[in-house]
Amino acid sequence: MKRLLFILPVVGFVGLLAVFFLGLGRDPRALPSVFIGKPLPAFATAPLRPGDTGLASTDFQKGEPALLNVFASWCGPCRVEHPVLMRLRQEGVVIHGLDWKEDAPAGLKWLTERGDPYVRAGNDPTGRTGIEFGVAGVPETFVIDKQGRVRYRHVGALTPEDWDQKIGPLMEQLRKES
Amino acid sequence: MRRLLLLTAALVLLAGPAAAVNPDEQLKDPALEQRAHQLSKTLRCVVCQNQSIDDSDAALARDLRIILRERISAGDTDSQAIDYIVARYGSFVQLDPPLRLDTLALWFGPLIVLALGGIGAFVYMRGRSPAAAGALTAEEEADAAEILKSDGAR
Amino acid sequence: MLAEVGQFALILALLLALVQSAAPLWGAHRGDGVLMAVGRQAALLQAVFIVLAFGALAWSYVTCDFSVQLVAEHSHTSQPVAYRFAATWGSHEGSMLLWVLILAIYGAGVAFFGGTLRETLQARVLGVQGVIGAAFLGFLLFTSNPFLRLSPAPVEGTELNPLLQDPGLVFHPPLLYLGYVGFSVAFCFAVAALIEGRVDAAWARWVRPWVLAAWIPLTAGITLGSAWAYYELGWGGWWFWDPVENASLMPWLLGTALLHSALVLERRGALVSWTILLAILTFSLSLVGTFLVRSGILTSVHAFAVDPKRGVYILGILAVTTGLSLALYAWRAPAIRTGALFQPLSREGGVTLNNLFLTALTATVFLGTFSPVIIEMVNNDKISVGPPYYAKTFAPLAIPLLALVVFGPMLNWKKDEARKALVRLRIPLIVAGVVLAAALPFGGLKGIATAGGLALATWLIVGSVWILGRRWWSGRAYLGRSILTTPRSIVGLVVAHAGLGLLTLGITGVTSWESDKVLNMKVGESVAFAGRTLTLTDYALTEGPNYQAKTARFAVKGPTGAYDLRSEKRWFPSAQSQTTEAGIRVGPLGNLYVSIGEESDAGVIVRLWNHPLIVWIWIGGFAMAAGGAVSLSDRRLRVGAAVKTQPLVQPVPAE
Repeated sequence: MKRLLFILPVVGFVGLLAVFFLGLGRDPRALPSVFIGKPLPAFATAPLRPGDTGLASTDFQKGEPALLNVFASWCGPCRVEHPVLMRLRQEGVVIHGLDWKEDAPAGLKWLTERGDPYVRAGNDPTGRTGIEFGVAGVPETFVIDKQGRVRYRHVGALTPEDWDQKIGPLMEQLRKES
Repeated sequence: MRRLLLLTAALVLLAGPAAAVNPDEQLKDPALEQRAHQLSKTLRCVVCQNQSIDDSDAALARDLRIILRERISAGDTDSQAIDYIVARYGSFVQLDPPLRLDTLALWFGPLIVLALGGIGAFVYMRGRSPAAAGALTAEEEADAAEILKSDGAR
Repeated sequence: MLAEVGQFALILALLLALVQSAAPLWGAHRGDGVLMAVGRQAALLQAVFIVLAFGALAWSYVTCDFSVQLVAEHSHTSQPVAYRFAATWGSHEGSMLLWVLILAIYGAGVAFFGGTLRETLQARVLGVQGVIGAAFLGFLLFTSNPFLRLSPAPVEGTELNPLLQDPGLVFHPPLLYLGYVGFSVAFCFAVAALIEGRVDAAWARWVRPWVLAAWIPLTAGITLGSAWAYYELGWGGWWFWDPVENASLMPWLLGTALLHSALVLERRGALVSWTILLAILTFSLSLVGTFLVRSGILTSVHAFAVDPKRGVYILGILAVTTGLSLALYAWRAPAIRTGALFQPLSREGGVTLNNLFLTALTATVFLGTFSPVIIEMVNNDKISVGPPYYAKTFAPLAIPLLALVVFGPMLNWKKDEARKALVRLRIPLIVAGVVLAAALPFGGLKGIATAGGLALATWLIVGSVWILGRRWWSGRAYLGRSILTTPRSIVGLVVAHAGLGLLTLGITGVTSWESDKVLNMKVGESVAFAGRTLTLTDYALTEGPNYQAKTARFAVKGPTGAYDLRSEKRWFPSAQSQTTEAGIRVGPLGNLYVSIGEESDAGVIVRLWNHPLIVWIWIGGFAMAAGGAVSLSDRRLRVGAAVKTQPLVQPVPAE
């Protein structure tokens, strides 16, 4: 019995080591979305482009998976991911954009200068719409399935590696889903 | 003058570490403001490293502070206001971890350690008590006899 | 050239550490005096080479040798000299070098001062120390080389983070490392004892002073860190339960338990396996702390740049060091002759209870720090643990402990009676009771906690000073001599425990009565706050050695008189970052803390805080460290004050 007590510390420690080892693999700053598996909350925003109809949650229930890209012209990493978005648009990926925390003219200027990868685009000048689904900063990209449910949240610029390794395959899988 | 403008621009654009509620965010009613103040101390700023939204200068922290105050002004109770934000950002945003099945060990762990340790200490100290030591073994008796016989010669 | 010398010195040190690991352990096993002597020489030489390496890096920093990559990343010609020097440990690689330096110096200390130890014991201690040193030197050389060159060398470096350009950087890390690394000596002694299979009086006499030598700087370092954060970070907090802060608190809590156990072991020979286990666990917590800061497993404002590869290496060191020693403990500790006997109500019993509470407190901090990692792995949900958690778990456990602290030294060794102990303490009980009764009527429900805190602080201070009071009262016939011949260990105890009382006083004051206010002010406007009136008299640009600032000046009229306060926002052009410097008026009854924010058309944002009694937190912390130092200086209890034993009676052969 006494022996057992003496063994307790080393056994506990081995368990702790396992936790530490596994914990090394994770990113402590990653922000999982609360909405994974749940539908995007209902929202509607003003149009970003003149003569357009703006972005609403109903745009994501059109029967095919889509990306929701939150961006702003004042955001550095958005500059980095923009060419990637343009390329994806050319390949036929449906991307909708939300211009976050700036006025429509600024966002529009950005699209005119750099190119417009978005099917639908909305303007969220106060950032409140983004807060409704947990946006913490820009850029962020949400992967939405055919039924309008959030399946993945990507924080930060979307690099080609991110697409090839994670998001591309996920979109493929969602397309095959009923 | 130009330097002053540049410096001001720099200072305005870059957030530095400084606690953070601005006068324009504060509610008029001091009781509500106090509630909001206390609640914001329990909410984490998710884009900062280990600060509450009350302490952080980040833009998101400011937005959440304002939203919190709106909810409180709209008549939410404390837990309703917190739930509003948790519904959007997850339980990660609560610096006061929720009491759930998976946080039972976190909340009751300290007490359990104290209780188990207390039992252990009790058993240990009972074993250390001279009354529990009992009589000498035959070997120890023989040793004692030999020492007594040797008359203290070193 | 110098950097290459430094690098070469490190390589030599590693080789010496390997020799230091193998030779004395094998020598002790075989009883070979030559091999054991080799171990001592290796320890001394290793220290010399690491001093050389450290000197090389420090010199590169001070002379702004930007061909060394580290220097280019953390130094700048406009940076003041003191911070150029202190920047030597302001990075991951540099701080690792500091770690290894202190480890080697402690090892050399054991080699140099350990003449009175049994040779095999000293050899085994050095052997284990050598293994640890070799592991960390390997870590340095293979993953975190401080002497990497940058080619072509830049003309100017990137400045050290402005938040770190402060006297705090000169003292805080070295003090902490003296603590963390210092506990390695007790660790090595514990493992050596397990290898030997026995613990004797000499072992006990050695362990306690070396534990104290580590505990003192750790206490001072943590206190300094808290004070530094208070005036540096601009919002008046003094403890944030940040993972890295917790990483320093855990070895401190367990180290305090170790200190008291070692004390009992030395005086009474009791608590043997406890002391060994605590020695192993305390240093293990130091290693866990290092792992935490450098692996990226948790976010923290203190963490160095994240590199999982380094994390794996440190985890390996942790696994081998702690895993093997705990396994050794499981195997050998049950066979070690158990210690002396004592009744539950005795000083030994008090220390056992003290250990229990400190262990529970350490477990609390540990749970709070690592639960997010564990829970996320179990069900993929991120949770967050912050100050509200600790307020509900740490504080309730700490309070009974603080109450018991006064009883401990008043109890007799081995056996005591409850009634007699209470009678001894009747004066402090009465005084604390009076304070409680006087404070209770104020403040309602929350006031109960405040009254309790004040009473607890009084209990600690009066109860500790009462030890001296009783002693001097019973020697009152020769009062002068009685005072002068008070053993330093008792004075140390009193100062340290009273310091704990001051700490409690400060925490109670600040938590109960802190208030704040934020508003826009224009030059010339005034505001009334916490019994003082502040007027913004000036708001303009100023210059510093490597920064530009917007400085606000305030004229304050308070109950103690009139004075000026200054708060500024500094902009460091080379580091491209900003800091806020607060204006603080320090006073024994409370601090006034002023910090400015952004400016707009409405004026500049001014934040005001009132922090009653906060300065006693740090006075208390430093008093604890001072008490430890006084106790350490007690010659009776230090090894080295060896007394030659003479037989009292010369044996005379019978005629």
